[in-house]
Amino acid sequence: MIEAVALAAALAAGDPLRGKEIYARCLACHALAYDRVGPRHCGLLGRRAGSVPGFAYSSAMKKSGIVWSKKTLDRFLADPTHTVPGTAMTYAGVADAQERADLIAFLAAADQSKDCSARH
Amino acid sequence: MSFLKISSPAAARRLFLERSGAVLSGAAVALLAGREALAAKSGDSKAGDARILNTALAAELEAVAAYQVGAESNLLQKPALDLALQFQGHHKAHADLLEKTIRKLGGKPASAKAKYSFPVETLKNQLDVLRFAAGLEQGAVSAYLGAVPLFATRDLSKAAASILGDEAMHWAVLRQVIGENPVPAAFVS
Ligand code: HEC
Repeated sequence: MIEAVALAAALAAGDPLRGKEIYARCLACHALAYDRVGPRHCGLLGRRAGSVPGFAYSSAMKKSGIVWSKKTLDRFLADPTHTVPGTAMTYAGVADAQERADLIAFLAAADQSKDCSARH
Repeated sequence: MSFLKISSPAAARRLFLERSGAVLSGAAVALLAGREALAAKSGDSKAGDARILNTALAAELEAVAAYQVGAESNLLQKPALDLALQFQGHHKAHADLLEKTIRKLGGKPASAKAKYSFPVETLKNQLDVLRFAAGLEQGAVSAYLGAVPLFATRDLSKAAASILGDEAMHWAVLRQVIGENPVPAAFVS
């Protein structure tokens, strides 16, 4: 985990440890390793939006044509309902750019961590 | 857990049962007041508002299930158990209200899933369960905060804020019970 965290910190201009705190805002609906009201976040970077098998996405998300990268996540998380109109993620978003960078750094690091490796 | 000794669990429960009607009708009044406003809105904004409420409903139903898992785990002792059941009751009341409102908007309310995933393997004692519950309540506060500015109908923002306040109280009480600063900041985010 420590190595992955350091790696991600080097790759992104975000602090994954601060990002973990910010991720608390997502925990009503998401978990890293399993689907809840929202889909799991393990494996997020590089995957097509709306593609976790068995998760009931909105058609808006499935048809969005987005592939999740740092850039597309930054756009979506800034304003989910305007970036993907009709999305079921009815959440105003994370307005602060640094907070988004931290959050994305956390998501990238988590993907490399044992929280995710156990299940995918 | 000294604050829990302020009243006996039975007294707390009685209090809750007496008060919960008042709490629900408070939020219901906010929605009732918005009835004309609801009727006046366009189909698009009604569908949008119903979608927001449906995501909230799905989260509330999961919270009800999570507290059920906690209550049945045999890891919670009184008075924490009573507290969990009381909070579960609030989440049920939120879910009921959301469901009715979604119907009023012409939407189809989400129903509870047959099966939920919870990290049960990490819940080994009372503290683990209460910490898990605190995390869910914190998330719920953020989720409602993120919904408040999205509604086309302001009365629905008011109703969401009313629920947000309740979840914030749950979060604070749970933090107190697990020995953390119950109100760690001047703002929630
Ligand atoms: C109120 C519940 C809720 C909250 C809070 C929430 N989400 Fe979501 N999220 C969802 C739902 C529901 C979806 C599926 C959206 C759809 O199908 O339109 C989703 C989808 C996503 C996706 C797309 C995933 C995929 O597989 O395509 C990402 C990324 C995401 N959320 C990140 C976050 C992050 C990061 C946060 C915290 C800042 C967050 N969400 C907060 C409910 C929520």
